[in-house]
Amino acid sequence: MKYFTRPRVKREYRWRGKPLSFNRKLKTYDYGSLVISVEGLPRPTIIIPEQHILIEGDDEDNPYVAKVIRLFGDESGEQMKAVVQWFVRVSEVPLSKLKLLGREPHPQEIFHYQGRICDDEVNVESILRPVQVKHLDSATPFPNSDDKDTMYVKLSWDSKAFRVVDSALVESACEPASPSSQLPHAVSGVETESLHSATKLSASKCLSTKRRNLATRTPGVCKKLELHTPEKKSIIGEDVVSQLLDKELDSKVMLAHRLSSSPPQPHPVTHRLTPINKAHRSPVTQGTIRLKPSTIALNRLPPSKMNRPLLSARENSTRATNPSQRKEPQTIKDEDPALDVIAEEDSKSSPVLLVAATLRSSQRKSALLVSSRIRKQLNLLDNQQDLNSDGEDEDEFVPSQKELNGCSEEDEDDGEEEAGLDSEEEILVKKGRGTTAVFRTPRSKQKTHSLTRTPRKNPNKKQIMPGTPRTPHQATPSIPCRSLPTRQPANILEEARARLHVSSVPESLPCREQEFQDIYSFVESKIIDGTGGCMYISGVPGTGKTATVHEVMRCLQHAADVDEIPTFHFIEINGMKMTDPHQAYVQILQNLTGQKATPDHAAALLDKRFNNPAPRKQTTVLLVDELDLLWTRKQNVMYNLFDWPTQRHARLVVLTIANTMDLPERIMINRVASRLGLTRMSFQPYSFKQLQQIIMSRLNKVKAFEEDALQLVSRKVAALSGDARRCLDICRRATEICEHSTTNPSATGLVGMSHVMEALNEMFSSAYITAIKCASMQEQLFLRAVIAEFRRLGLEEATFQQVFVQHQALCRLEGLQPISVSEGLAVCQRLGACRLLLLEPSRLGVLQRVRLNVSQDDVLYALKAD
Amino acid sequence: MSKRKVKDVHRPIGECITQVQQILRERFCHQQLPDRPEGLEAQYKHLLELLRRSAIQGESNSVLIVGPRGAGKTMLLQCVLRDLLQEKEAQKNLLQVHLNGLLQTDDRIALKEITRQLNLENVVGDKVFGSFAENLAFLLEALKKGDRSSSRPVLFVLDEFDLFAHHKNQTLLYNLFDVSQSAQTPVAVVGVTCRLDVLELLEKRVKSRFSHRQIHLLSSFGFSEYLQTVRTQLSLPDDFTDRGFAQDWNSSIQTLCEDKSVEEALQRHFNSSKDFRSLHMLLMLCLSRVSVSKPSIKPADLLDASRLCLCDAKANMLHGLSILELCLIIAMKHLNDVYEGEPFNLQMVHNEFKKFLQRKSNSMYNFEQPVVMKAFEHLQQLELIRPVDGSSAKTQREFQLMRLMLDHSQIMEALQKYPQCPTDVKQWAMSAFG
Repeated sequence: MKYFTRPRVKREYRWRGKPLSFNRKLKTYDYGSLVISVEGLPRPTIIIPEQHILIEGDDEDNPYVAKVIRLFGDESGEQMKAVVQWFVRVSEVPLSKLKLLGREPHPQEIFHYQGRICDDEVNVESILRPVQVKHLDSATPFPNSDDKDTMYVKLSWDSKAFRVVDSALVESACEPASPSSQLPHAVSGVETESLHSATKLSASKCLSTKRRNLATRTPGVCKKLELHTPEKKSIIGEDVVSQLLDKELDSKVMLAHRLSSSPPQPHPVTHRLTPINKAHRSPVTQGTIRLKPSTIALNRLPPSKMNRPLLSARENSTRATNPSQRKEPQTIKDEDPALDVIAEEDSKSSPVLLVAATLRSSQRKSALLVSSRIRKQLNLLDNQQDLNSDGEDEDEFVPSQKELNGCSEEDEDDGEEEAGLDSEEEILVKKGRGTTAVFRTPRSKQKTHSLTRTPRKNPNKKQIMPGTPRTPHQATPSIPCRSLPTRQPANILEEARARLHVSSVPESLPCREQEFQDIYSFVESKIIDGTGGCMYISGVPGTGKTATVHEVMRCLQHAADVDEIPTFHFIEINGMKMTDPHQAYVQILQNLTGQKATPDHAAALLDKRFNNPAPRKQTTVLLVDELDLLWTRKQNVMYNLFDWPTQRHARLVVLTIANTMDLPERIMINRVASRLGLTRMSFQPYSFKQLQQIIMSRLNKVKAFEEDALQLVSRKVAALSGDARRCLDICRRATEICEHSTTNPSATGLVGMSHVMEALNEMFSSAYITAIKCASMQEQLFLRAVIAEFRRLGLEEATFQQVFVQHQALCRLEGLQPISVSEGLAVCQRLGACRLLLLEPSRLGVLQRVRLNVSQDDVLYALKAD
Repeated sequence: MSKRKVKDVHRPIGECITQVQQILRERFCHQQLPDRPEGLEAQYKHLLELLRRSAIQGESNSVLIVGPRGAGKTMLLQCVLRDLLQEKEAQKNLLQVHLNGLLQTDDRIALKEITRQLNLENVVGDKVFGSFAENLAFLLEALKKGDRSSSRPVLFVLDEFDLFAHHKNQTLLYNLFDVSQSAQTPVAVVGVTCRLDVLELLEKRVKSRFSHRQIHLLSSFGFSEYLQTVRTQLSLPDDFTDRGFAQDWNSSIQTLCEDKSVEEALQRHFNSSKDFRSLHMLLMLCLSRVSVSKPSIKPADLLDASRLCLCDAKANMLHGLSILELCLIIAMKHLNDVYEGEPFNLQMVHNEFKKFLQRKSNSMYNFEQPVVMKAFEHLQQLELIRPVDGSSAKTQREFQLMRLMLDHSQIMEALQKYPQCPTDVKQWAMSAFG
């Protein structure tokens, strides 16, 4: 896990121009545009309505996305507001709902938000910067880009379901003024990336025949990119044009990276590059500061503009290189849609494969990391694109190579000193010098140099390719599947047993209706009001606390699904299921956002999340089971858990469960107990009638028990503990006994009193007496000696030496040969191991003290019965 | 044809003896499983049914096998597992995890071991990645993902179960039992312990989640069964290569078991303990006396072995002491008699010893103080005496309080057997007063 810290930038917000209109009722002025100037950057950003923006949220790395609808301020000019249309990121959609999508979400994917819960009015101070949002048809694949500033919209999300969204809703009407796009994200270290993206256009235009010379450089370059942008996710599919663009862009960026990292050829190059760009791009980039042209501006160019030159360039190159490369020319088509398909495939797979190929030899850690990422990508590719015909597969490499050639060649065009690098020696020279060269392997060189080669087919390569050990990051927790199916219950007793197992989830929870209602209304009201609160639930084990809360949550979730109440987030943690109280933070954070963090960091993040106002937030319901285990000396975990709900913006409902009724008073310090509040609920142990009802409802008309037998079980359990689990376990055991008592063919075949009695005896009778009866002669004598010595001393404790004297005497009395001390100690130890006796550590030898762990009466009773 | 050939095979006696040794040693030392657990049929059936249901129907269960040491708990479990795995359906499905409370001394180690044995995906080679918390979360997640019908059932065998109950918060037990009581991956938790009070060790939440099934193995057999066991344990199987030798051997075992003195010795053992391990030890000692020149177990062998098993270790140690050390021990015994078990120090012992010397007016045992001190320290090293708790380095060695770790009977027994014990020392030991 990596945490990025974005340096805080001081921003200044002001309106540009006069107010467009004045709303008399609300006393607000509407403005046409907003200017954000950031300290340290010469050019301000201008935000206008219909533009997509990023809005500050909980998560710094993933700010909210929205589209500006209206900008307005109040009369005094103090309040600056914007009305926005929200978009939801993948990470903001509840994990459970993400399934509805039916596919892997794209990391850059966002959804047009149509829910009602969120306030669509924000302070302009929370606006970070503009962002590029693209609408894609639901059928089109995502562009293969690592541009983090471009979002893709396919669907809308109304907190219930995904729907296809109309492009008109999404696409911003106007191309925003470019200066706006260059602003703060330059700060976050992506600057080099944007730097060279600007060169792309010129690059695509300048494709020339010389390009193949330099093809060798690209693989390493690709790799470099992967290394430099660890956040990059696999991106699959897109329309051709943007893909090609991105493709070239990528390599360009990589080159740029490399260039900037190797001293000899830094910025001068870019100097020279940019003018060309500008020429092509006209006023759009005019105002750009040299080092910070952003990729966004580029991407935003209408496809039609980019399309032509690029395609033609590509065709050119295809023709030029083709004869030497391939035997099947049928795949080259002129301006044919099919070409696009091929090209698409190319660009998808080729850089990856090249990198992959180079990987084998590189053992470096970073390389391994990259390879794992690539592998993921490949797997995705595998799933998505059915690799069609062989012919096409083979073609895959060709155009891409050219493209790569093309890209690298521009360097040459631009007067790079590397232009002369067409021989291997030079590559070697470079190897010694540059960092990226490390990744360049002979294989890749060969491939690119001998252009006649048909590229290798990839599918099988994908499987073997990276021989890296699995990193635990990718590990999915799972138990292997069984090879043979489970057998279904064959007879009525087995059926009953399956139903009586504690794990089988009942349709409803009988006998807890009142508690259910209370918890339900508590949580429901909090969700509807959008407030927070705490509830403490106590009760002895096995009284249905957790089950009831789960049932409540199921019902509420259902209500949310049918739109009766706002959606909410349910999180469950269990004090027993964590190794340390502070892990609670980690688990909550992980459940909320999927992030992993150290306990301290997680606490800080959660604190921020719950304490800061966020424009859109759904209620979180947190179930804390086994609360007492979250106790720490300073009680800060409990304090935080109970403090968050009291925050105004938290919208957190905390349900806590523990066994003791007075836990808050007993273990909590005042400020914690006070925050927990007085909403308490206590689950009483089940009465025998309730237990009976529970069993009946579980059995659900499966007739396996006699009426009396059920009553006996429930009365017995109710008298002892009122633990429903115990009750069910006894019933289950009784069915087993019934099944095996074939010798006594009871007329009904039902579980009768005798079976239940036997089960009860098995589970509740203590084994001490039987154990004493079954002990060896000397062991029994020793127990008697112990009692005799206790009586003599009048104490409940004696040393072994004292008892042993008695034991010797008893042996003589019984006509047995007296045993030696070693033997006596062994006897004593055996009794101690069974815990019939309690002993001191055995190293004390004859001096160890002996106590009885059973009552004297029990011992005497057991011994007399002989 | 071939059968008769086998029958007629007559091997040299040496070869036969080697085979006998091999077969019997395997029984005594390697805990070879019997074909059927004798006298434990009910428990066997109960456990087998339970585990079979887990394996085949995916039912979650938890059970404890409780019984004194050497009662055959592990043997029972192993027999059940052996027979269960012969069923194809169970063999293909069941995953096993074996833990021992003596090895997995805390939950951190236990979790790693479980993860390793289950071979989950955060295991690379033999190493388990991740911190304790991550491991727990990972394992729980893995178990949670499974369900009754689709995932393979996991059998957890927790040997020395009571030790797991001493882990912090009983996290592991809680989670195992919780899984066994919820609709997750089917698990069968089998705990093996010798503590009868094991349920009292469980925390109330853990206890509530445990199904309260206990299988008690209490050796309730009598002496005749014990004798029968001895006979079967020593007998050779029918498929022994040399039929003639096997018959001779078995009949000799028969006569051995009918011998009065042997029966008496065995009865003594039986009275002392019904533990099969100690019986195996006894028989092993007999077996090691069998050689080519003496191709059967004689009653004398068994009596000797029995004597070896029953002899007193501390008294044997006394035989190796010097006269001075023995005298010191006797002086301590007198001190114990006088002060009724109160601790003593070197000075007191030396005084007592000097009194004895004065009475005898014999300078034969007149030792210097440092020599006596050395002898005293030697006794401490042999742990025949041990310092009283709490009085340690602070006090001078001469005045450090000690206790005698021997019983009077042990001292007297040792004196009887001590080679060339001076008569006056013996008398001094037997006299009522120092």
